[in-house]
This record gives sequence, C-alpha cells and structure tokens, in this order.
Amino acid sequence: METATIAPPIKSEEYFINMGPQHPATHGVLRLLLTLDGEIIKKVEPDLGYIHRSIEKMCERNSYQQIIHLTDRLDYLSSHINNEAVCLAVEAALGVEVPERVKVVRTILDELIRISSHCLWWGVMGMDLGALTSYFYAFRDREMINDIFEETCGARLTMNYNVPGGLMHDIHPNFVARTREFLAHFKTKLPEYDRLLTDNVIFQKRTKGVGVLSRQDAIAFGASGPVGRASGYSCDVRVHHPYSALPKVTFKEALRTEGDSFARYQVRIQEMWESVAIIEQLIDAIPEGPHQVATDAVIKLPKGEFYQKVETARGELGVFIISTGTKNPYRLKFRSPGFSNLSLLNHIAVGGKIGDLVATMATLDLVIPDIDR
Amino acid sequence: MSNDALQALIGSWFPEPEADKLQCSTEGSQYLTISLDPAYLSGLMERLKSSPETQFDYLFCLTGVDWGKELGVVYHLESTTHRHILVVKVQTADREEPCFDSVSHLWPTANFHEREVFDFFGIRFRNHPNLKKLFLTDEWEGYPLRKDYTDEVNMIVK
Repeated sequence: METATIAPPIKSEEYFINMGPQHPATHGVLRLLLTLDGEIIKKVEPDLGYIHRSIEKMCERNSYQQIIHLTDRLDYLSSHINNEAVCLAVEAALGVEVPERVKVVRTILDELIRISSHCLWWGVMGMDLGALTSYFYAFRDREMINDIFEETCGARLTMNYNVPGGLMHDIHPNFVARTREFLAHFKTKLPEYDRLLTDNVIFQKRTKGVGVLSRQDAIAFGASGPVGRASGYSCDVRVHHPYSALPKVTFKEALRTEGDSFARYQVRIQEMWESVAIIEQLIDAIPEGPHQVATDAVIKLPKGEFYQKVETARGELGVFIISTGTKNPYRLKFRSPGFSNLSLLNHIAVGGKIGDLVATMATLDLVIPDIDR
Repeated sequence: MSNDALQALIGSWFPEPEADKLQCSTEGSQYLTISLDPAYLSGLMERLKSSPETQFDYLFCLTGVDWGKELGVVYHLESTTHRHILVVKVQTADREEPCFDSVSHLWPTANFHEREVFDFFGIRFRNHPNLKKLFLTDEWEGYPLRKDYTDEVNMIVK
C-alpha cells in the first residue's frame, strides 16, 4: 500500500556566528564573523583592532634605539628577528658593517627562536585538534631555548638583545655549551613529534586536503613563510635576500606542493630540522671579536627610504623607514606576515566545514599582535 | 632586469613623461622608485603585472604616507620570476577627499592593505570591493596616522 506523503522541501538559510574575540582557537583577540549555511562556511570576515596599539605612530615619536623595544611586541614569538629587522635597516642606512661575531650570533639566535616558535605552534596545533599531549612535549623542549635566551639576553620572550651596530652585550659563557646540549636533545625529540602527531591517522584525516591554497593564489594574496612554501612558492627571505650570517650557511628551503593544512604542517616540521642544521654549522665556529661597533648615542638616519626584509617564523617581515634626516623616522611601516596570511583565510575556508576552520587557522599560525600592530 | 633596464622600459611606456608627471630615480633608496600622476596609476600597474619583461606578481608592501601637504601611497612590488623590485608612488594634495584607483583586482593582498590605509589615512580607493574600516570602529573620528591628528587623551606629546 502506498502512502502519499508530501515532504516539505528542505530549506536551509544562512546565519551569522561570531568566532572570537574571546575564542581559544584564535589564539588572541581576533574576531571572525562567520556566515554559515548549516556547517558549511560561506564567508569569513575578520574584524581586527582589539589589541591595536598603533606602534607605527609611536615609532614616529621615538628614537631608533627605542623603536627596537616596540618591535618585540609585534610577533612576540619572533621577537629577536623583529629586533634584528630594525637594526639591519638602521645599519644599512648608516652604512655600518657589524662584526662577524655579531652576524653569527644573530643568526644562531634567529634559528633558535624559530624553533621555539614552531614548537609552540606544534603544541598548540595538536591542542586545537584535541590532542593535548603535544602541548606538553613542545613546552618541555621550548623551555630549554627560553633558558638559553634568559641567560644570554636577560629575557625569555622580549629579548631586546640587538642594538644598532651589534649586540647589547657579549654572549654568556654557557651559551655554546647550552645550545649544543639543546640540539643534541632536540634531535632525539623531533622524531617523537612525528610519532605522536604527524603519523596519527585522525590528525592526517583532519588536515589532508583541507584549506587548499594554490601557488598562484599564495603569491596573489602575498602569502609568505611556511604558508607560501607549502603551496610550492619559494618565498624564503633567507634564500632570496640573505642577511647576517645566512650567506655562509647551506640549508634546504622547505617546500611542499599540496598547499593543504598538512603541507603547512610538514613545512614547519622540516624547518625545525633545517634550523637545527643551520645552528650546527655556526655554533662551533663563532668568530672572536667585538660584539658591537660604536654608533652615535643619537642616531640620525640620512634622508631617504630604507626597506629591510627578514624571515620571521611566520614569514616575511618588512620594515619600511622614511627618514627626513632627524632622530625619529618620518614614517615607519611594518609589513607583517600575519596580516597578509590572514587576508587569504576567507579564500581557503569558504566551502569547508566550520570544524576544519580551526585546523586551517592553526596551520596559518597567526599571532594577533603581529596583525594588530 | 637591472634598475637601469627597468627605468628605460617603463620610460618607453610613457611618451610624454612631463604630462604624466613621471619621475624615476634611485636616489635615497635601494630600489628604483617611480612616481607618477594618480590618473595613470591603474594603467601602469596593470602593465607592470602583465608584461612578460616585468611580471610584478607580488605586492609585498603597501604603505600610506602623510607628506605634510600631500597624502600618498607607496607600493612595493617584486617579481617572483625575475626577482627584481620596484617602488611606485602616487600622491594627492586633496586632503578632504583623497582617492586613488584600487589595485586589489590585480593583487588580492591589496584588499586588506588598502582598507588599513583607509582606516588610518582616510584615503579612499576607487573600485575597491569592500572598502570599510578594518581596525577602527565605525564611529572613530579622524585618521590617526595623519600628521595633523590630535588626541589629547591617548597621545603623549613630548
């Protein structure tokens, strides 16, 4: 017997939801306005400015030595590299050549902080996907790097160890031994990272094929760092515009072609290995010599425009200084990697599920103070 | 392509450089810098991106600048094929309603960067797909990164 039932046509309608500004997966005060149809993302619109401090305006009223202290507060996980960016720009403008010792120490510290930043990202990435153990593994190893920084720079996060012309003071006598100890330790721990998370089937299913970014779009959206390199776009500033001791070392740029969340994950894991390799090439042969060349107490840059690119843990940081010849910059712009990487989130998240948005955002590795400058 | 070759090539695109206010120079900057009349900005940018000799496909920085009298925008371009870098500058003396052509259809990254400049300098971008405030609230008065901006409460003037 047939029963005639008239099923009402299934309709869905779009609705808004606020993700943030207080949301654990945004890792800071980022607000995303999501337009959803059921679980499917139709649009992601970031709303910024919750911790904007107008650092660029503050720079216009401060001396170049003071500005370095503000750059710590951009991407606080790459603070040493941010400091270096301003120092390199000022040194290039003044025509100061820093001693070899300074270059080598700067590069070693750059790579240490890159490992530290990637460790934090790795731990938090696992946690975002519900695997809490990775967080403890990563923080155990990151702690050793923080100790090295504390001993040599006097601070664990906001170093301010770079000054125009060199380093604030010489490295700590324990620095070399501690760094070697860390490298030996970390090389035994990195394979554990793979066993715990990389090879995990659930983890792979949640990241493979999710949030795919093509090479062409990566360039068009100004992606840099691991986000660009996971799409097969060779964008490592360390390769194309090497600075400090980087011309002296050899390393392989981590490149993948898939462009999905898993590729971005793999690029960062490979980068940790490469950073270890870079430090190993330098740590046994830190040249003797002064740790600083004297600069004027009041630094005045010549009239002109100066641009310096560096590779932070998140990608390409640009410092653009317009000087009118006074002790303050007339205009100082920070081109932050996170800002451009955030702008492509809508592009790669639309059409996916809201649950995958968390995984995608974790692999973009956003640091909000870097976006809200 | 070297700076001289770039300068010669771009110069050849403009038969009347005086009429277009075209200026090329490497003085005071490590990159070749081109400034021109904003009316020709859109055409130049399209050509810089699409020409096989230049292929500037990567806009790595977009900066708003208050020059005191004029407001301007500085574009930093790089080619991922040829690895050369070029700086393009435009400016306008109109401080009431400054407006330039948007380049976000050429480089989607400009979308956010132009919104930032709109926020802090009040410069509008013609044909921008979504020109609204990004950092500041809608009620915010004034443009904080302009040189004549004052805020007696939040700004400490030494």
